[in-house]
Amino acid sequence: MDPVHACFKEKIGEVLLPGDVFSFRLPESGDGSVKTDKIICGPGLRRNGEEVQVCKSGILRHKPPNMYWIDSQQRRYVPAKGESVIGIVTAKSGDIFKVDVGGSEQASLSYLAFEGATKRNRPNVQVGDLVYGQFTIANKDMEPELVCIDSCGRANGMGVFGADGLLFKLSLGLVRRLLAPQSEIVKDLEKIFPFELVVGMNGRVWVKSKTVQQTLIMTNVLETCENMTSQQRQTLFKRVAEGSL
Amino acid sequence: MAKDGAAKLSKNLLRMKFMQRGLDAELKKQLDEEEKRIISDEHWFLDLPELKAKENYIIEERSYAPCEDLVFGRMSFRGFNPEVEKLMLLMNTHKEEEDDEEEDNVSRMETDITDEEMARRYESLVESMRKKFAKKRDRSAITKNKEDVNCDAVDNRPKKAFLKPQY
Repeated sequence: MDPVHACFKEKIGEVLLPGDVFSFRLPESGDGSVKTDKIICGPGLRRNGEEVQVCKSGILRHKPPNMYWIDSQQRRYVPAKGESVIGIVTAKSGDIFKVDVGGSEQASLSYLAFEGATKRNRPNVQVGDLVYGQFTIANKDMEPELVCIDSCGRANGMGVFGADGLLFKLSLGLVRRLLAPQSEIVKDLEKIFPFELVVGMNGRVWVKSKTVQQTLIMTNVLETCENMTSQQRQTLFKRVAEGSL
Repeated sequence: MAKDGAAKLSKNLLRMKFMQRGLDAELKKQLDEEEKRIISDEHWFLDLPELKAKENYIIEERSYAPCEDLVFGRMSFRGFNPEVEKLMLLMNTHKEEEDDEEEDNVSRMETDITDEEMARRYESLVESMRKKFAKKRDRSAITKNKEDVNCDAVDNRPKKAFLKPQY
């Protein structure tokens, strides 16, 4: 698979625009004796026959051994399977709840998709509650579906949360930076005051702290630190921790 | 009429299960083949060259989560919500364990008590359970046998069975 990886390698870290194509002619052998490794195209890349096309503008990233994706910026969320999001319950109809996740359609959440829920034992979910769940179905042809349990039937932190606290919206790029392993923003935030945070991949973030004022400070800090360099961010956080803001 | 019946039974009737129990294997095979021929003549098929499905080397992934190894979304800091902190540890080490799985596949399970202690406990447990369910007469036998480690004493009492009265 060297020709394939080589095609990609020269562009890693470069800005690509929609319409750029990576085409590589795979050697056509008779009985498929060519053992080729699979390439995984992440978000922003699309397969078009034998070629890979770029469909979002951004920087090409690579994760060994074979994952490539485009790192781009947007505020509008598009539901994708397996992502954990924060939703707001908007309606209860029969056996399902309608949940607003910020996408083009409302997602449906079955009342049996909670830990310990049975037909007789309904979960205690009201209109207006915040739920943290994962998508099981999310494609452009169907209505997305959420669940609040994992494949073993355990909740693992999903479900209704948040009495108190504040929900606000961030851009998707910042949310991903918050959720990255060893995230610097999170490490800096820890030093300010104790708080609780729930981050949904649809750009929604919920914060709770001891007093209302602290919560509001956290909100403002998160909203402004998107476009700062790490130096500016650290000075800002230090000032906040000292209480001058 | 009964004699003519064998010649005049319809094909469908002869194909039924209860009529075939008396047949040989050969006859059965012949009937099966005839059936297949009938079916394949009637089936319609597309007169196209055989298209082999190409194996796709390129897999599409729509979510960012596996690309960037994103962590679990609920977080709590400095002890604000201890349950969430426990969850964080659980979910994030679970993710790390998936990376290390290959090394640890053959490791033994962690035990709280050693194997020897387990064997000793089990031995005494079996003994006490046996005594509990043994009949009264056997209970004394068990205690006698316990001291006899080499099984030298053989129990020669006749088993208590029903003796028919002889008149």
